[in-house]
Amino acid sequence: MELITAMKRAAVGDTLELLSSDQGSAKDVPEWVRKVGHEMERTEQDDAKVWHLFVKKAK
Amino acid sequence: MRIVVVGGGMAGTIFANNVARRLTSELRSGKARLTMLTASDKHIYQPGWLYVALGRMTPDQLEREQASLLEPEIKLHVDPVKSFDLGAKHVVTASGKVHEYDILVIATGSRPAAEDVPGLKENSFHCYSAEDALKLYDRLSAFNGGRIVVTVGLPHKCPMIPLEITFTMHDYFRDRGLLDKTEFYYTYPIGRLHSLENVALWANGEFAERGIHQETFFNMKEVDGSKAVVRSEEGSEIAYDLLVSVPPHRGQKVIEENSLGANGWIPTDRHSLHMQGDHGDSVIVLGDTTNLPISKAGSTAHFEAEVAAENVATRVKIGREVRSYDGKVFCFIEAGKDRATYAMFNYQKPPQPRAPNAAMHAFKMAYNQLYWASVRGLL
Ligand SMILES: Cc1cc2nc3c(=O)[nH]c(=O)nc-3n(C[C@H](O)[C@H](O)[C@H](O)COP(=O)(O)OP(=O)(O)OC[C@H]3O[C@@H](n4cnc5c(N)ncnc54)[C@H](O)[C@@H]3O)c2cc1C
Repeated sequence: MELITAMKRAAVGDTLELLSSDQGSAKDVPEWVRKVGHEMERTEQDDAKVWHLFVKKAK
Repeated sequence: MRIVVVGGGMAGTIFANNVARRLTSELRSGKARLTMLTASDKHIYQPGWLYVALGRMTPDQLEREQASLLEPEIKLHVDPVKSFDLGAKHVVTASGKVHEYDILVIATGSRPAAEDVPGLKENSFHCYSAEDALKLYDRLSAFNGGRIVVTVGLPHKCPMIPLEITFTMHDYFRDRGLLDKTEFYYTYPIGRLHSLENVALWANGEFAERGIHQETFFNMKEVDGSKAVVRSEEGSEIAYDLLVSVPPHRGQKVIEENSLGANGWIPTDRHSLHMQGDHGDSVIVLGDTTNLPISKAGSTAHFEAEVAAENVATRVKIGREVRSYDGKVFCFIEAGKDRATYAMFNYQKPPQPRAPNAAMHAFKMAYNQLYWASVRGLL
């Protein structure tokens, strides 16, 4: 939800990084990004098991 | 030490009363000074608006004089702040008065901003003010069947409202014998029924039992009143007979106008609750107006206010702050059929909601009255 809110404020072309410890987000975010038509740049999980999701605003 | 609290809602009031109790002798001797600046002489228990929308409470039951809720050592001015000068450590109010501070607490809350979605204000009903709750009640009582669509904007205050309004409207139409003529269509911005995963799982079963339709990944783009449809950013379109919304929210205009935070949300440290940035040491932010990614709820405001009050008191007494906020939130969830459950969680632990029951609903109804003791700090 934080990503959706932040995306509305971002400019086209901006890349946002979402940090989440929730497995659900790691699965749901790419699905949402695809539906709306933004771009999923990459997804990483760090040593503390936190997901870092990089999303580019495409429209 | 001059402590100035801006906002006399849940967070500001609980904070000020708690500090006043801890620092009674310092306040009496003049070693500390506690001032509250707020926008209204009334204190409103906002959670009651849900019940107003269903004809179970009236707005006057949810109001008290702000002055009657405060400890006598607190100096109250119903004179809203217009400008903040964090560098010079003072605020200026609508009447032109300048209040200098050593510690500033900002707790101005949030406001629904239906106008952020084209067509939403004109074509939907909600319960985010007494007046709007009454309009929703009128609309519900005149409704004789058709499709009710629930739409949810981000961010919003009270995370449980989308589910609660759905369950309680379902009850309302069951009691009026209109369920077989009424279709419920619930939408939600992310890929499940609620932001908290366990709450979403629980709600799934409740929806299936009642035959409530759901569409997830639905973020409102616009409402077209002439066609009675709501369209989403994701490209879908839903026709409605009655559109019930949870509007997207913003912080107060004064926060935006003073550039304290985008959309009125002030960047706040999640543990110390101090404002982030250069002036953070003397500025604490509480309640809805923080930018923290946690629920904008009365209980959040309450637990944050308790932590901050203890810290401000110890700062006066021993020159240091001692507590850290752990992200604690407690939310009742009205589940319909006179049953309720709750979700309790913090930054680390997700909630584990139990099956709803009648006792929890009775407790929530009692809490609606106990609130007045809680906000005074008696509970
Ligand atoms: C329908 C509904 C149902 C809810 N249900 C629940 C629930 O079941 N459980 C729960 O925990 N929470 C619930 N909430 C949320 C809860 O009411 C809020 O999260 C809570 O009130 C936030 O407290 P606050 O102190 O941040 O803001 P508020 O209580 O909104 O207070 C803000 C204060 O700031 C003042 N102010 C505004 N502008 C200025 C200014 N310029 N200068 C000085 N003062 C100013 C206002 O007058 C007000 O006193 C519900 C909310 C609604 C609307």
